Amino acid sequence: MSAESARAPRRLPRLVVGGRDLTVEAGFTLLIVAFVAVAATTSDSFLTPVNLTSLLKQMVTVGLLSLGMLVVILTGGIDLSVGSIVAFAGIVTAGLAADLPIPVAMAVGVASGIAFGLVNGTLVARFALAPFVVTLASLTTIRGLAFVYSEVPIAPADPAFLDLGTAMVGPVPLITVIMLAVFAVGGVFLTRTPAGRSIVAIGGNAETVRLAGINVRRHVVAAYTISGACAGLAGVILASRVGIAQPSVGVAFELDAIAACVIGGASLSGGRGSVRATLGGVAVLVLINNLLNLYGVQSFWQQVLKGLIIIAVILVQRVNRSRG
Amino acid sequence: MSRLELRDVHKEFSGVEVLHGVGLRGDAGDVIGVVGANGAGKSTLIKILSGALPMSSGAMWMDGERVDPRSPHDAHDLGIRTVYQELSLVPELSVTENLLLGAFPRRLGLIDWKAADARARELLVRVGFGAIDPRERAGRLSVARQQMVEIAKALISEPRVLVLDEPSAVLAGADLEALFALIRQLRERGVLVIYVSHRLPEVLQLATSIVVMKDGRVIETLTPGDTGEDELIGLMAGRRLEQIYPARRDGHGQVLHRVDGLTRPGEFADIGFELRAGEITGLFGLVGSGRSELARCVFGAAPAVAGKGAHRSPAEAIEAGMALVTEDRARTGLVLGMTVRDNMSLTTWHSTSRGPLLDVARQRRDVAAMVDRLQIRPAGCAPMPAVHLSGGNQQKVVLAKWLLRDPRVLLLDEPTRGVDMATRVEIYRMVDELARQGLAVLLISSDLTEVIGATDRVLVMHQGRITGELRSADTGEDEVLALSMGRPA
Repeated sequence: MSAESARAPRRLPRLVVGGRDLTVEAGFTLLIVAFVAVAATTSDSFLTPVNLTSLLKQMVTVGLLSLGMLVVILTGGIDLSVGSIVAFAGIVTAGLAADLPIPVAMAVGVASGIAFGLVNGTLVARFALAPFVVTLASLTTIRGLAFVYSEVPIAPADPAFLDLGTAMVGPVPLITVIMLAVFAVGGVFLTRTPAGRSIVAIGGNAETVRLAGINVRRHVVAAYTISGACAGLAGVILASRVGIAQPSVGVAFELDAIAACVIGGASLSGGRGSVRATLGGVAVLVLINNLLNLYGVQSFWQQVLKGLIIIAVILVQRVNRSRG
Repeated sequence: MSRLELRDVHKEFSGVEVLHGVGLRGDAGDVIGVVGANGAGKSTLIKILSGALPMSSGAMWMDGERVDPRSPHDAHDLGIRTVYQELSLVPELSVTENLLLGAFPRRLGLIDWKAADARARELLVRVGFGAIDPRERAGRLSVARQQMVEIAKALISEPRVLVLDEPSAVLAGADLEALFALIRQLRERGVLVIYVSHRLPEVLQLATSIVVMKDGRVIETLTPGDTGEDELIGLMAGRRLEQIYPARRDGHGQVLHRVDGLTRPGEFADIGFELRAGEITGLFGLVGSGRSELARCVFGAAPAVAGKGAHRSPAEAIEAGMALVTEDRARTGLVLGMTVRDNMSLTTWHSTSRGPLLDVARQRRDVAAMVDRLQIRPAGCAPMPAVHLSGGNQQKVVLAKWLLRDPRVLLLDEPTRGVDMATRVEIYRMVDELARQGLAVLLISSDLTEVIGATDRVLVMHQGRITGELRSADTGEDEVLALSMGRPA
């Protein structure tokens, strides 16, 4: 009979707490704890305050980009322009910091991201162009504009420019708190507001949503605008954190953002994805980078390993889902 | 020793159990007819048999051996072949290629097309479908012929168990006769056939035993000689059906929607009609008559070129109290990947928010009340993705989505397509009740009996024009059909 029971249906255990399936959250927690455990036991420098603070700061840029990307991916679209928006928002903010009060300069940087997102969204929704093509074009256009604004890096003289990037809230960097707040708002937006639910539904079946009397175009424009805003904010924060804005920064950032969403279980065809799991995806990505750095792995090998680890995580999820 | 035996099979989706210990037994040469209302669990059972879904618990035995197909491929290896309602042929490839895919006869390493065509033809003749030309592209065959190719394909590897899911839905006349002859031939060859169908007369004629499913259980196993259609319907519905259509309504109220001179070139022209409170108006037309296009236009989903009575957008139509249940649930009625709860609240998200946030508690209450009122199965379906529901229950979810808006004018496009008789009756009752509450209903249907039986008045369309308006009580199928074909009645 033992051979029989080996063939009997096997079910992966699912963690259900109070009627909610927390398997994914538990999986990420486990994965992150495992990473941290490995890192802490194999590297002396991992658990140092300097490294942990730097980890929390590194999460911010990719985190903000991933949240915006998730909103776009949920509609069934993609936003390739976020890396260029990071560069543009940063360089404009740094450039204006000489003449304007710093908070105003930073607001302009974020606003530039919103404006680019609005253009992306309008082209996708009003003119029914493919998101991949539209944002590929804006990727190169916005990058060009960043260089047009300034070919050379700008480092504002006013030390107040660094305040945002260096301030601490207790043991946690302010920018990490900001990112977590953005995720919290994003989570409520996508699960608890009509607009957020509409965005998820559009990715599932846009025609059904249209026939339910919901303005599909406006919601698609909103999704790209949110992504642009997140990218603008990420650019401003990055410039403030490093103290210098470069027109060349942010190349291929969009790929990390997409990877974080996908690791978090988002479907690139839209309609499926979670804010919490995306945050988990961000943590996993940043931990991988940090670990490989601590081990002193050569940067080209880092790219190779990162790619392989992403594939592995996604494979595990796929197996998990098809068994569920 | 049974050819196939299922014991105590359970299946759950997202924590909701949809099969509660189903058992099934059949010997070589048997034909098991499986009947049940939509949502009874037939489709889930088939998917488990064919390896497309894993069972949550339970056991399956074949010829005395414990088996556990984990994928369609496993099921093939075990000799279980399934022909689904949906066609899976590659339309660009020839019948031969579709049949022999992956097993072409070769000569000098290249495919020997002459031998391949010959083998395909021989196969088709053997199963009684010799009328099909193996060199034809599959996409050019009629749906009925494509279905026959599917069945032939399933028989290539001499299966031990053949599962047919609504095989006759698209077959008629000689094709249907060929299918029946084939099933008798398979019986002699010792194949166990599992025949799932809504068409009870066929099941009674073909099956050696009939399994009646209801609410995820097998509630009765009958022998065709000892039972009849009435008993089966009664068992499926859980009650005897006094009559299919409710009594007609009279004393219709005021006009709630008026259409005049409505035109969309290439689809319909100069359409005029009125919808009154308390009245169910039927709209009959053959394929290509423009009936669905008309409904979409009135609802504002496609702009009118001339005439009055069409809304400018779905949002405007909904604001005016109109609702449209479209004919294609999967493509225009539901967001299949979202939960039943989300799907039902799609039309009310914006109207039931508290501040910027959704009123989740109210949403849950409303949805639970609708699940209860429309008897949607399984009863705990609210957190399940809509895709896991059966066709009839999906249709009820679509209806619920609109009823939550309290519409005054209800446009129903083929609301009973792909829906079993018991659920149909429920839908007719529901629509009747709504009309009696004062709604104006337009019931678009290509089912003659329904379009006359369930309505008070019938509009007939032919090639984009209304060719007749009849009182349902005074007309007959022949008159409606004649008008729909452009002939004077």
